[in-house]
Amino acid sequence: MESKAPIVKVNNKEPRSKFSKILYSQTIAPYVFVLPFIITFAVFFVYPVFSAFSMSFQEIVPGESKFVGLDNYQEIWNPMFKKAVMNSAIYTVLTLALLIPIPLVLAVLLNSKVMILKDMFRATLFIPALTSVVVAGTIFRMAFGELEGSLMNSIVTSLGFEKQKWLGDQWLGMMTLLILACWRWIGVNLLYFLAGLQNIPKELYESASIDGATTWKQFTNITMPMLKPITIYVFTISIYGGLAMFTESFVLWSGNRSPKDIGLTIVGYLYRTGWEQFNLGLGAAVGVALLGITLIVTIIQLTFFGMFRKES
Amino acid sequence: MESVAPTKWSLNRVLLLILFIGLAVFALFPLVTLVIASFKPAQELIRFGLNLQMNADLFTWENYIEIFRLDGNYLKWYGNSILITIIFTVLSLIFSSMVGYGIAMYKFKLRNFIFVMVLVIMAIPLEIIMLPLYKLMISMKLMNNIWGVILPFVVAPLPIFFFRQYAGGLPRDFLDAARVDGCTEYGIYFRIMMPLMAPAFSSMAILQALGSWNNFLWPLIVLNSTEKLTIPIGLSTLLTPYGNNYQVLIAGACFAVIPVLIVFLFFQRYFIEGMTAGGVKG
Repeated sequence: MESKAPIVKVNNKEPRSKFSKILYSQTIAPYVFVLPFIITFAVFFVYPVFSAFSMSFQEIVPGESKFVGLDNYQEIWNPMFKKAVMNSAIYTVLTLALLIPIPLVLAVLLNSKVMILKDMFRATLFIPALTSVVVAGTIFRMAFGELEGSLMNSIVTSLGFEKQKWLGDQWLGMMTLLILACWRWIGVNLLYFLAGLQNIPKELYESASIDGATTWKQFTNITMPMLKPITIYVFTISIYGGLAMFTESFVLWSGNRSPKDIGLTIVGYLYRTGWEQFNLGLGAAVGVALLGITLIVTIIQLTFFGMFRKES
Repeated sequence: MESVAPTKWSLNRVLLLILFIGLAVFALFPLVTLVIASFKPAQELIRFGLNLQMNADLFTWENYIEIFRLDGNYLKWYGNSILITIIFTVLSLIFSSMVGYGIAMYKFKLRNFIFVMVLVIMAIPLEIIMLPLYKLMISMKLMNNIWGVILPFVVAPLPIFFFRQYAGGLPRDFLDAARVDGCTEYGIYFRIMMPLMAPAFSSMAILQALGSWNNFLWPLIVLNSTEKLTIPIGLSTLLTPYGNNYQVLIAGACFAVIPVLIVFLFFQRYFIEGMTAGGVKG
C-alpha cells in the first residue's frame, strides 16, 4: 500500500506536478473511473443512434446518399415487415409465458428441503446455455429435420403419427423455436430465481409455518412477492431478448431463408434489407421501428409494474 | 446448501427426483445425440439425420480428422475465438468494474446520468445501431479486424450494472481508512476493492467469456475473410442448404463446446455464488 507514493516521486523529482495532483484528487478520480464508459458511450452508442435516425431518412447507394424523407418508412410498411413483427411478437409473448413460470416453480422445487443433489441438477440444467446458438440451432435443425429417420420424426412415427415437415410449417416452426428457447434458457432463468430465493430470510417461512400457513399460502404470500424484483429483471431481459431474436432462426433455416418467411424476425428483416440487399437506409428504418416497438413495450411494462409497486 | 444424507425417502423427494432427472435428460439429450453423431460417417447422417442409434461398426474418427484438415481453417477459427474471448473478457472486466465501482462509491455530477444511460443501453436493442456501427467500423478501418469485434461492446452495460450493485454492498470504512494511510484513489481500487469484488469478477468473467465465445451477429458483420472468422461464424459457413458438410459441422460444434464446458465445471461454484451474492437483486 505504501509503494505507490514513492513511485510517483521518482517519476517527477519536484513534489508532485500540478497535473498529477489533479489526477489523484478525490474530485477527479470518479471521472477517471467512468472514462471508459464515457468514451465508448459517445463513440459506439450516441453517434450510431443519431446516425441510425439520419440514415433512416436517406436513400444510401455506394458513393452518394440523398434525403428521401419518410420514403423508407413507407416502404417498410409491407407484408414482409408485418410478418416479421408478428413472428417476433408471438415468439416474445410465448417465451415469456413459458420461461418465467416454469423456471420459477422449478427453482422453488429445487430449493425445497426434501430435494437432494441440488448442485448437480442446477449445473446440469445450465449446461445447454453454454452452447452457442449455432451449435444448438444445428442440433435442433437436424433433430427436427423432415427426413423419416430424424429424431422427431422417428418419435412421432413410432407413436403412430405421420412424419412432419417441422421447419416447413408456421406453427411447427414456431414450436421448434420455442423448444430451442426453453432448452437453452430454463437453466439460466432457474439460476436467477434460485439467487433470488437465497435472499429471502428463512425466518419468514418459520413464523409462517408456526402460524399454520400451508405450503401454497407460503408460496403465494412470501415467495412470490419476495421474488418480484428478480422476476421483473428476468421479465425485462426476456422481452428485449425476444424482440431482438435473430440467430436462432438464422441457424434453424440456414441463413435467414425460411419458407414463406415463417421464421423471419424484425432483426432478420433488418439483416435482409441492410446486408443482403445492401439497402442501408431501409435497414436503418427497420432498426428505428424496432426501437419504437421496444420503447412502447417498455413504457407499458413500466406502468404495469409501477402500479404494482404502489400497492405494496 | 449442502444436501443432507438421504435418510428418508419420502414420496415428495422421489417425485421431485423423477421430475429433475427428466429435466436433466431433456437438457443433456440433444448434446448426447450431437456427440454420437460426431462419430458417425457422413452418409449415415445425410440419410438418417440426427438420432440416438449408434452402430459400433460404423464408429469413426474421420469427422474429427477432417475438421483439422479443412485447409487448417478450423484451427485458425479456434485460435481467433480464443484470442478474441481472452482480450474481450479481460478488458471488459477491467473497464466495467471501474465504471461500476466509480458510480457506486463516489458522489459526482455525472453519476446519475451515467447510471441512467447504462440502463438505457441495456434496454435498447443493439441491433438497431448495427448499420451505423458497421459504417463506423469501415471509416475507422476496423473491418475484418479483431479490434472491430471487441471495441464497440467492451464496456458493457450488464457487467457495469452488476459491479455497481456489488460494490455498493462493500463496506466504506476501508475507503476512509486507506485514504488516511495515504493510499491514492486508484491504489484503493486496485489493492483493496478489486480483491473484495473477486466473486463478482468470477461470475462476470464466465458470463462475458461465454458471450464472446458464442457471439454471432456482430462478428458475422465485422469479419469477412475465411481465415479471420470465429468458430460460430466459421461453423455457420459450413451450413449450406444441401447439407453436404454436416459431419464436419457436427464434429466442429462438439469440439467448440469443450473449452466452455471445462471452464464452467471448474468455476461454476464461484459463478453461482457471485450471481447469488451480487447484482441480481433487481
